[in-house]
Amino acid sequence: MTISCWLMETILFVAPTESDGSLGKPALEALNVAKKLADAIPGSKLAVAVFGENLDGAAALLGGCGAARCLGIANPDLAQPRYASDAAATEALSRAAQATIVIAPGTSRMNRVLAGVAHRLQGRIDTHVTAVTAAQNQPVITRWYYRQRMEACIQRTHRPWIIAIDPGSAQPWSGQPQQASLEMLQLPTQQNGWRTNVTGIQAPPADEQTIRPDAELLFVAGAGWTKKQADGQTHVDEAAALILEFLKHTRASLGSSKSLVDISGEGQAVLPFLTHMNQVGQTGSTPRHPKGLAACCHGEEPHTVGWRFINERRAINLDPNCGWARGKADVLYVADAFAVMRKLNELFAAQKR
Amino acid sequence: MSQVYQIVVCGSVAPDPLQTLEPASSPAGPVLKNEMMLPAVLDPWAAHALYEAAHLAGKHQGSKIWLVSIGPKAKLQQVMMSIAQKVPFDLVAVDGPAGGFTDPAETAAVLAEAIRGIAGLDRSRLLVFGGWESATRGAGATMQIVGEMLGITDQFQGVDELAVNPDGSFKILERIEGGKHQVSVCSGPPALLGWATGNLPEPRNNPQLGMANMRGIMPALQRAKPVKLGAPGMTFVSVTQPKQQRATKIIKDLPPEKIAEDIFNWLTKA
Repeated sequence: MTISCWLMETILFVAPTESDGSLGKPALEALNVAKKLADAIPGSKLAVAVFGENLDGAAALLGGCGAARCLGIANPDLAQPRYASDAAATEALSRAAQATIVIAPGTSRMNRVLAGVAHRLQGRIDTHVTAVTAAQNQPVITRWYYRQRMEACIQRTHRPWIIAIDPGSAQPWSGQPQQASLEMLQLPTQQNGWRTNVTGIQAPPADEQTIRPDAELLFVAGAGWTKKQADGQTHVDEAAALILEFLKHTRASLGSSKSLVDISGEGQAVLPFLTHMNQVGQTGSTPRHPKGLAACCHGEEPHTVGWRFINERRAINLDPNCGWARGKADVLYVADAFAVMRKLNELFAAQKR
Repeated sequence: MSQVYQIVVCGSVAPDPLQTLEPASSPAGPVLKNEMMLPAVLDPWAAHALYEAAHLAGKHQGSKIWLVSIGPKAKLQQVMMSIAQKVPFDLVAVDGPAGGFTDPAETAAVLAEAIRGIAGLDRSRLLVFGGWESATRGAGATMQIVGEMLGITDQFQGVDELAVNPDGSFKILERIEGGKHQVSVCSGPPALLGWATGNLPEPRNNPQLGMANMRGIMPALQRAKPVKLGAPGMTFVSVTQPKQQRATKIIKDLPPEKIAEDIFNWLTKA
């Protein structure tokens, strides 16, 4: 449905609850975006909707956000993040709210279903949205194209318009919690039941977990760690030990350049704990952390998008003209990363003592 | 009993990631500057989907792969010359734009129509594969809409692994937050999988396979139906490259102890 001039928007915030019934940080960020947009467009209405096995924590909070309607679907089947059931719930809630704009957290769970829901609602969707503003009473979204290489501001006349907010790109809603009275809906079910069952989560052991989205620091390990050093030898074992010890001290999240991950895929003896999941950059992730420290990374623009969304950036590299750092980092230390990291680990160890 | 699958892989072309990309304006909206001059590759995550499809088909005799691809004919031909040497597939080509500044709903509609047009497709054996996001629009939306248009409600995104259980069901690992995987069991086809990196290396080039594939690819390119894709109802207020250039402070000739101290203070300050 395309309408050139909207008199009033119904802005729906929709999110699944966590297993304890509360709303996670990405959901609260999306709620804040939805509320601010509703405040910015005169005459618009805010509605909120949650779904999950248990909605208690969310209901205890949402009464304070000023929504005109609060909707919910509680069902044990929604304990599983499964396409068919999550899409059915999101569709039912969006229809019930008669939403013209749907704002949701861009988590893996919601990103799995939102585009399908947009199709069911005959709507349109934008994902990985990093900002939502209003210009002349119309929403304007910001998102990146070509893997964080260019940024676009977009308006749409089509409704409903589904907007998935990239986690970490907005402040979480922090209003006064208040109990909401939820209008409860039934979960539409499939005729022959769900064909998919979520059986669990596979995660590396806690001491081997190197990807930490909520970490204060992203440590980016470049290919230089596995190259020959001044003595003409590679020191991969020492590199691995230094990096793991640093991660243990700082609880940083570990990213790696594509080249380093590719080397591991080719079966060469490289940093054993790196997988494609650690990869940042053009064909990897672009995580959001307050600080970033890169060591032994190199490469120009296509590779450096890996720390596009890192606020404070420092790098250690032997090359003072390194394209990864020059113009991209706040501080570049021209030094041997092995020596610096060894000393840095000693400082953290001394602090703990 | 061994299962037989019909695997449709959706994958388009994208500019080589190492190229410099700049936005430009056209009467139809934003485009890439010199888009037709840029060397192209098969979209990286779609390429992984194709390699995983070939791996699965190889283990299940009688299975077949179609690659459904929207792109300018000349670009498709260039990319197929290389991809054809890696895995066996039938090409279904659609002659249209492959850039990022189009609407996923438009792209999905064309892909779904092309899939429906494949003769002899058996829904009970159908697996639709693609990249979980493209390297152009990067929305991660097209595949889900294609699935909905084909009536497939068992969908998985960010897939790194698919294993076929003895009873014919699938065990599927999808990427979720925090470097973890969600493990699901799906009772069988039809299903849609948006692949992340998977676990397979890029197959080696096989010139004989390339010759065999190209015999079908060239006619498919000639048959490619022209389509127009756009972004109706969508206004690009601006498209810009990030201009932010940091004034990097370069610290040389400092001993490792001092550098470590500086970094330590930076990391531990509130």
